[in-house]
Amino acid sequence: MSLANLEWGRTTGAGRWRPLGGLVVDVPLIVLLCLTAGVGGVVLYSALGADMGLLMRQGMRFGLGLAAFFVLSQVPPRYLRIFTPWVFFLGLALLLVVMVEGEIGKGAQRWLDLGVVRFQPSEILKLAAPMMVAWFMHERRLPPTFMQTVAMVLIVTVPAFLIAEQPDLGTALLVIASGGLTILLAGISVWVMVAVAIAGLCAAPVLWHFMHDYQRARVFVFLNPESDPLGTGYNTIQAKIAIGSGGLFGKGWLNGTQAHLEFLPERSTDFIFAVMGEEFGLLGLLVLVVLYLAIVGRGLYIALQAQDTFTRLLAGALSLTFFFYVFVNAGMVSGLMPMVGVPLPLVSAGGTSMVTLMAGFGMLASIHGHRKLMAP
Amino acid sequence: MKRGAKTTVADRARWRTTLLLGAFALGAVALEGRILYLQLVNKAFLTEQANDRHLRTVQISAHRGTLTDRYGEPLAVSTPVDTVWANPQELKPALARLPELAAVLDQDTEWLERRITSNLDREFVFLQRHLRPAKAEQVMQLGLPGVGTVREYQRFYPAGEVTGHIVGFTNVDDRGQEGLEAAFDHWLKGENGSKRVLQDRLGHVIGDVELLSHARPGKDLRTSIDLRIQYLAYRELKRAVTDSRARSGSVVVLDPNTGEVLAMVNQPSYNPNDRSQYHAEQYRNRAATDIFEPGSSFKPLVLAAALEGGSFGPRTMIDTSPGSLSINNRKITEDEHNLGRIDLTTVLALSSNVGAARVGLTMEPQTIWKTLTGFGIGRLSDSTYPGESAGVLNDPQHWRTIGQATLSYGYGVAVTALQLARAYGAIAANGLLRPVSMLAVDEAPAGERVISANTAQELVGMLEAVVAPNGTGKRAAVRNFHIAGKTGTTQKSGVGGYSAERHGAIFAGIAPASAPRLVVVVMIDEPQSQAYYGGDVAAPVFANIVSGALRVMAVPPDALPAPALTVLAQAQVRP
Repeated sequence: MSLANLEWGRTTGAGRWRPLGGLVVDVPLIVLLCLTAGVGGVVLYSALGADMGLLMRQGMRFGLGLAAFFVLSQVPPRYLRIFTPWVFFLGLALLLVVMVEGEIGKGAQRWLDLGVVRFQPSEILKLAAPMMVAWFMHERRLPPTFMQTVAMVLIVTVPAFLIAEQPDLGTALLVIASGGLTILLAGISVWVMVAVAIAGLCAAPVLWHFMHDYQRARVFVFLNPESDPLGTGYNTIQAKIAIGSGGLFGKGWLNGTQAHLEFLPERSTDFIFAVMGEEFGLLGLLVLVVLYLAIVGRGLYIALQAQDTFTRLLAGALSLTFFFYVFVNAGMVSGLMPMVGVPLPLVSAGGTSMVTLMAGFGMLASIHGHRKLMAP
Repeated sequence: MKRGAKTTVADRARWRTTLLLGAFALGAVALEGRILYLQLVNKAFLTEQANDRHLRTVQISAHRGTLTDRYGEPLAVSTPVDTVWANPQELKPALARLPELAAVLDQDTEWLERRITSNLDREFVFLQRHLRPAKAEQVMQLGLPGVGTVREYQRFYPAGEVTGHIVGFTNVDDRGQEGLEAAFDHWLKGENGSKRVLQDRLGHVIGDVELLSHARPGKDLRTSIDLRIQYLAYRELKRAVTDSRARSGSVVVLDPNTGEVLAMVNQPSYNPNDRSQYHAEQYRNRAATDIFEPGSSFKPLVLAAALEGGSFGPRTMIDTSPGSLSINNRKITEDEHNLGRIDLTTVLALSSNVGAARVGLTMEPQTIWKTLTGFGIGRLSDSTYPGESAGVLNDPQHWRTIGQATLSYGYGVAVTALQLARAYGAIAANGLLRPVSMLAVDEAPAGERVISANTAQELVGMLEAVVAPNGTGKRAAVRNFHIAGKTGTTQKSGVGGYSAERHGAIFAGIAPASAPRLVVVVMIDEPQSQAYYGGDVAAPVFANIVSGALRVMAVPPDALPAPALTVLAQAQVRP
């Protein structure tokens, strides 16, 4: 619209400008993601014991994520949709490979060693499952019929089952969450929801039967962490203490006693939320949560603006899944939920989940950037 | 109809979306609520919990004061040591690494494991106390969880068994248990301080947070002991006890002019640095705790009362014929033979029991008692030595005539070596009884007058006759010095009366007699050698100690033989 914009970008049609010569760049999303990762980096530096080298590795992971974000931003949703089944079945195949000869890390068979990089195929499914559900419903009328619902449930549960077998309950849960949210967004009848809820309740004892001992212990400890303060309840108690003792303004950067005196476990990964709470207090946590909510808000806005079933479902599911991640992690760390090994998105140290996450946001940006101009 | 149904579908979709978003909003609110609850409502409690985890109050051990002899030579010093402790609950997960710890501590792995597993309900057990700091450093380098060290002080006694009885010892908690360590514990011990420290999950101290109270080190204590004389006395006593195969022995060396104890040794002794084998009888400071009947060594004290009365003088003649004295069907006899009519000096020099008894019987019991009490008999000394005995001196109202007679030559009364030395100290110090002190005295205390200076000097002169070539104490003589003293040979009482086999050999003396600097009491209990007389067993010990002590004290001789003329001539030729 303005001349200034014309000089470094290209204004199209109804006054929407695209900077950098037609590339899709979702500025609000990038700013929010970078801000969150930046805040996260500050906390992570402290959680890593003020180790700049380790922080740089996290920075590189974020850079890799940004690259994935930019690449996927440029892929029109049409192509995303076409590739969806390929990605989904490739992910399933890799899961089977891991099952047969994956590498064992921390007691579970999750990793696939590609020589150069090691990655968890389950991460692919975190994106592929909601994509597949959206793909399945794309040409169909909403709301889905009962048989269609069953098909969708299978799309979600089969990979989730494979992942749970690794065993990686956390990721399986996230796959179910992302896929399930897509199904919910697609719309199923209230009766089916009720039926699923009842079935879930009935399945609980069966599920309990199949759970590993450590998973059962987690449930017990969630109900009463003080029952085993030196064993399984240790993490919950220490995290609660870390957050609570932070108070309104926290103990100050690098001054968290729980974190720095090694009382807090996994402080650079699953429990970094507690480090934030201890060192920056309520204020820090509020800032972080507001940033997360802003990202979710941007995602939901993109979903509302989306023009076809596939993109609307995918955008909605990705946004809500992102919030689900935050909720599960923060809820676990603050003692609101049982222990599940879910990292805090954009902040926890870790490679594949960061790239997967940013790839998902890349698809969001793409959905928004490639929508048709004559939108209703 | 169709239109209506379509609207319903759209409404339902909107309703579902709202429901979904509402559920998420609820989740967000719940999360925020939880954070608010933890950080605002529960903050105080959780902060306290955090502090409980990383703040710990630790004790700063105070350095215990050093005990020295009168010239500053150390008798008891504290050196820093480290004690290794463990929190069994935290160490339990690392039980597999116990062999490493056992290797460093030089202990049995099984013992360590039992120590941990049987104390799982506790958070603190000692693993090993008083390690060399370098060794403790090795332990810490193992990095075991729940294992820590704490700085303490351990006592070392450089003179070992030589000063064992006087100095005593401390227990593992650095508190005095025996001897001067116990008597002056409040002075020596100092006050432990405390500080708050930051600790990590493994219980390792990361740094100090604040000092709660300073550790106040204990004060040093300068004792009256002269370590050189102490060594000398110990060597001589040990040799005599060994040679005579005696049961035990004690020596006390006093400075009569100040009341200071210059040396106090006993046999058997023990090494306070190694108390792994505890024999109660080795630990007793017999010189202060054990009483014995002084026998003839008591005679001067009774004669002092007689001299003080004015009716007797050194030359007063006493008839000791026929060498025995019968009182109420009880017979008092001489040790050797009938001495006939002798003067009071000879009564002492030849140690006549009959003579002493006759003199004693001329006095009122109350008179004798007053003088004896003045000499400190039956009274605690002021040494403040723990476990000291006051001896036995019966109330004069209950003395029967035979009792008064035997008391005159030292039976029916009991003293400690320290008490006897104190009494002889009064004779040496012109009749002034000074309080006995185990600490160095800067200014001589005035003392209480027991007998007149004149009486005291007369008595010293009489006691010199004992050490003369024909006296019973001739083996106590020291070349070039006038020596005054008295032997004592006692039969020990026991079940069935006095024994002819079990003796006590005593010598108490003053040197140099012209200007006393030392009072020495030697007591050897139950010598098994052929000779068991005080003059044979105890007197030589006295002589050796005194000659050595006078030399280290640089006391000028008071009995040099007249120099030969040639020596004088040579001295004058010299430039």
